[in-house]
This record gives sequence, C-alpha cells and structure tokens, in this order.
Amino acid sequence: MSPKLSVRHVFKIFGAGADEALARLRQGKGKEEILLETGATVGVQDTSFDVSEGEIFVVMGLSGSGKSTLVRMLNGLVPPTSGEICIDGEDVASCGPDRLQAIRREKIAMVFQHFALFPHWTITENVAYGLKIKGMPAAERRATALQTLEQVGLGAWADALPPQLSGGMQQRVGLARALATGPQILLMDEPFGALDPLIRREMQEELVVLQKTLKKTIIFITHDLNEALLLGDRIAIMRDGRFVQVGAPQEIVANPADDYVAAFVGDIDRGRVFRATDIARPSETLHLEDNCQRALDRMQQLGRNALYVLAADRIAGIVRYEDLVRDGGAPRDLLRPFSSTVPEAKLHELYAHAARGLPIAVLDDGGTLTGVVELDDLFACLAGGPMPTHRQKREHLDA
Amino acid sequence: MLSPADLVTIPFDDWMNGFVRGWLVPNFRPFFRAAQVPISTVLNMLNAFMLWVPMMASTLAFALAAWRWAGKGTAIFTVLGFAFIDMIGYWPETMTTLAMIVTSVLFCAVIGIPLGILAARSDLAWRAIRPVLDIMQTIPSFVYLVPIVMLFGVGMTPGIIATIIFAIPPIVRLTNLGIRGVRHDLIEAAQSFGSTRWQMLWDLQLPLAMRTILAGLNQTLMLALSMVVIAALIGAGGLGLVVNTGLGRLNVGEATSGGVGIVILAIVLDRITQGLGEKGFGPQPSLMRTLAGFFRAAPRPGGANPG
Repeated sequence: MSPKLSVRHVFKIFGAGADEALARLRQGKGKEEILLETGATVGVQDTSFDVSEGEIFVVMGLSGSGKSTLVRMLNGLVPPTSGEICIDGEDVASCGPDRLQAIRREKIAMVFQHFALFPHWTITENVAYGLKIKGMPAAERRATALQTLEQVGLGAWADALPPQLSGGMQQRVGLARALATGPQILLMDEPFGALDPLIRREMQEELVVLQKTLKKTIIFITHDLNEALLLGDRIAIMRDGRFVQVGAPQEIVANPADDYVAAFVGDIDRGRVFRATDIARPSETLHLEDNCQRALDRMQQLGRNALYVLAADRIAGIVRYEDLVRDGGAPRDLLRPFSSTVPEAKLHELYAHAARGLPIAVLDDGGTLTGVVELDDLFACLAGGPMPTHRQKREHLDA
Repeated sequence: MLSPADLVTIPFDDWMNGFVRGWLVPNFRPFFRAAQVPISTVLNMLNAFMLWVPMMASTLAFALAAWRWAGKGTAIFTVLGFAFIDMIGYWPETMTTLAMIVTSVLFCAVIGIPLGILAARSDLAWRAIRPVLDIMQTIPSFVYLVPIVMLFGVGMTPGIIATIIFAIPPIVRLTNLGIRGVRHDLIEAAQSFGSTRWQMLWDLQLPLAMRTILAGLNQTLMLALSMVVIAALIGAGGLGLVVNTGLGRLNVGEATSGGVGIVILAIVLDRITQGLGEKGFGPQPSLMRTLAGFFRAAPRPGGANPG
C-alpha cells in the first residue's frame, strides 16, 4: 500500500538568500554557520518520512526544532524551500493555489495549539466553518456540525461562544471543527500543549479512543515525550530542523539513536511504553499428562521456576518447581491459579499481577497462550537495562 | 554669512501658482466639478430630509440610538441638549451641520475602509498610502482651502471635500490596523480550511476588526466636526456659518450659541459611535425592549420579584 502522506527531502529556509543557504546546507554546513554567513535561518532541513493511512505519526521536539514549520508545510501554510510533499501521490508543494485550496477543503484539516476558534461565532458556527467555506447550505452544515459536536461530547454547548468554554472544551471544538469536513488527514500542532496536565491526560486518552473509530491519518506535533509515547504509532524526534530518530515508541526508548534522544528517554516511565509482548518469552509449557520427574527436568533444562500446564490448547494452571520438589506429586494435582494479560498491555498494568510472584501468561484474543512474562524480565526492563535477549524470538510471537 | 539663498532662489510659490492656476484649474475644472455631483446629491437629500423631519421626531430617534448604544445618561443628555438648541433658535443650522457631517463621514467610510483593507493586504499599498495620510494629517487645512475653492468653487460641497481630506486618515489607519491586528493563528486556521481571500475578509477579518474600524469612524466623525467652522469659511452653512458670522461682527452671543450647538452635537455623536464600537452590532435588545425600557424602572439588584 502506498503511503497516505509522503515527504521527500524537504527543506525550509527563512529569510533572503535561501538558495545560497540551501547550497551551503548541502555542503554540510551547520545551522549557526549559515545564519552567520548568509543571514538565512534554517527551519527544516532534509526531512523525509512516510505516514500510512490510519497511523498516528508524532513529531516530537523542543521549541525551535522546526516541528511547527514542518507541520505547516504539509498543508502549504508554509511553502517549502525545496522538496516534495505528496498526499495520495499529489505534490502539495508544487501544485497551484487553486489545487492547494481544494486539498485543504477536502483532505486535510488542522488543530491549533491555542485553539484558534473564531471568537465572534458560536461553537456550532465554528465547527461548521470548513463546511461554509466549501459552500454547504446553512441548514445542512448546522446539522453536520451538531453531529460532530456530539461526537466530541459538546452537544449541550452548541450555541455558546468560545470564550465561555474552558480550555479543554475549546480544544474539543477545535477538534470537531477539523473533523466536520471529513478530512482523511489531521494535522495537530501541539493541540494539548496549552492545557492543564489533568485535562491534557484526559484529552490524550479521548483521542486514543476516538481514533479507534475515526482511523484518520494523524500527524501530531508535541514537545512532550510522554505524550508522544502514549499516542504515537511511530515517533520522530526532531532537533535543529532534522529528524534524529524515527521509530516505534518501544524502539526509541530501548535504543536511543544518540545522546540527545537518550537524555530525553532517560526519565520517562518505561512501564507506560513497553508492552507485555515486548518482554514476553516464548511459551514453554507442560502437558497435563506429564509426570513430576518430567516437569522437574524441563524446568531445570529451561532454567525456570514455574511453567504453565496446558490441557489441549487451554491453560489448566501453573505449577511451581518448589511445589513439585516438596510434594512429589503429578503437576496436575499441584496447579495454582494464574494471571493473564493481553499482548498489548503496558507493563504498568502488570504490576498487580506481579504481586503473585508467578510468571504472567500472555494470551491472544482467542485465549491461546502466546508467551510468558517472567518477573525478572519485567523488572530488568523497568530498570532500563538492555532489553531481554529473546527479543528476536518475539517476532515469531507477533507473527 | 553665505546662505544657499544667495546662490539659488527657488520661486516655489510661482511654481505652485503655475501648477494650480495655469494647469490644474483650466484643464481639470470640469472634471472636478463633475466629481462633486455625488457628494452634493447625497448632501442635498440628507439636508432636505433632516430639515423636513420634525424636531421632536429626530430628537426621539437620536435619544433611542443613544439609549441603545450609550446608555440612559446619554439619552437624557440628548433630549435636553437638543431641546436647548431648539430653544436658542439654532435647530435648522444644527440639522444642516449634521447633514454635512453625515455626508462627510459617509464618503470617508466609503473611500477610507476599502483603502484601509487594501493597505492591510499589501505592504506595498501601505507604503504608498501611509505618506499621503501623513501629509493629510499634518498640512494645515487652510492650505488646501484655496485650491479647493479654485477647483470646486464655493459652497457646501467644497466644504465637505475639505472636511473629507481632513477627516479621512483615521479611518484608513484604523481599518488597516484592525485587519492587521487579527490574531495570526485565526488567519492560519481560516487558510488551513481552504478559504479564499474574500471569504477570509468577510468571515474573519472585517468582523474581528470591526471594533477598531468603528473607533476609526468615531475619530473621523470628531475630526469632521472640528472642520465645521473652517469649512464655513468657503461657504459651507450650518453652525459653522453662525460662528463665523458672530466672529465677523464681534457678536459674542451668536458665536457662543453656534459653538454650544457644535459641542452638544459632538458629545451626542461621540457617545453613540463610541458605544457602537464597544458594544458592536452583536445581539442587542430589540427596539420594543428599548422602548419599553423608557417606561420600566431600573432592574432591582438581586432580581427580586415585584409584588
């Protein structure tokens, strides 16, 4: 499948002498050098990425890293100095103003950091703005706007004015306004950056829920790594106008590309990044019919203190080495209750299970055992050590 | 001491005489005479209308407008002030002055707001318009009275043209300022939804700049009022003529009467247009409620139920 959005070698240079600055940039000169020599400011340099349909792509960077410029180039608010930006294969950077206007009306919508609601219009009129621009009749666009407002839970506020709403509610209106035109791509420029921490968390969770039904292609800008890790299917870390690292949240936390990324990643909550599937070991199991000796042999051989016991394909229970040695009976008589989780569960959700002191079963949707989370691995991962060595084997678990 | 004048003298006044009398007036007089037709038409209609409407009716209309936009105090002041003007016998002159002012402000708005919009949208246009406005605001109005008389003759209409030149800069400046002052992220939002420049102007820039534009309109109105006496020097009538006549005859009473009329008119118009700027054209009490308000006691604090 071809990507929904494809960005190729995009540069943005502000100020006069952009061409000269571009030439020097290609010679490998740095941002400061070019500013001194030509007076031009490098906003974004040589950035390329693809975003596939339905994906949330987060661009994370500090202020001045060029992330806001980058997102504004995607819908042509800032024209790139050079490079291609293709939406469904069509280059936004080089198409004419009429075509760009049509793309903005049909395909791509934006949510702004400070909401950018029109203060002289009611909430409904704000949400209907994109439809008005497209020339939809008043009654029809009001109906669509009200429907979209319901979607973000603000139906009761349809006729209020923006200043009457709290920040979080205003941003819901901003989101509804972007969604009302039915765009395929949503650009979100630090949408939750101006909100209180609690409201921000709430909005992040709501976006995740909403995205499950919307399945939009989202380009999300943030300066908050935790937000990036929570929302992003993939994350790009940006610095001085270029991507330092692009990857899934787990990849970025596990293998930071350089010291800059490592410094960011250092103090994040790893329990909220890694999933059970990231640290699960392959599921070595016993059968219900196995006798005591065989069970002990297998445990010694695998170096494990407890193993799951299967009856047919289902888990019958878990049996501990300790119990087998003390009791000497068949595993089937020594089964203990066990804890299970889903592969996508974040590690912080496993803490309660870990209290049992037994390995946690990872079950797929059908209830089949796909792997086991050993507590040692869980703690090792949280402690920030190298990822468990059996990561390679994870691939076949995912497959 | 040697001074530049010993070497070269420039007959600047002769040049200007030659330019205005020798070239502009003979060649363009018909053009300028024709150009004043719209102004004189509007002025004559307005003047006739103002003089036709009974004093009580126009006072009521102004009092209602004052009530709606500037509050009860201004409404009461309007009634008392207009009654005073009528009683000292200068009602017709006041209405003529009002017609002149309204005509000037109308043309200032019709010319000035589009110019302001143009200036806001193009830095080049602003660079061209700005020095012209600076000149218009600094040049003493007496300087352009003479060429105006030569080109347009004497009378009400040339007086209005002089008033327009004097009063137009604020509305151009403040329209430009208002539109340029619209928050950048709102402009970006409108662009990001694919709006055209016209859609952006109508939906966003003009409504959001309206307060500033109305403040400019208020300034223009006040400047127009301050030109009333000067415009009377070239034949404009109304209260300005009363003041000038009083001045010429050293009749303190007549001059003061005209002056008081101008001040009362100025206060009423200023308060109403300021109120308009602050409250805007947004949701307002209906005419019926405004009317009813005259006969209703002020709302009691706490909203206690009557009876």
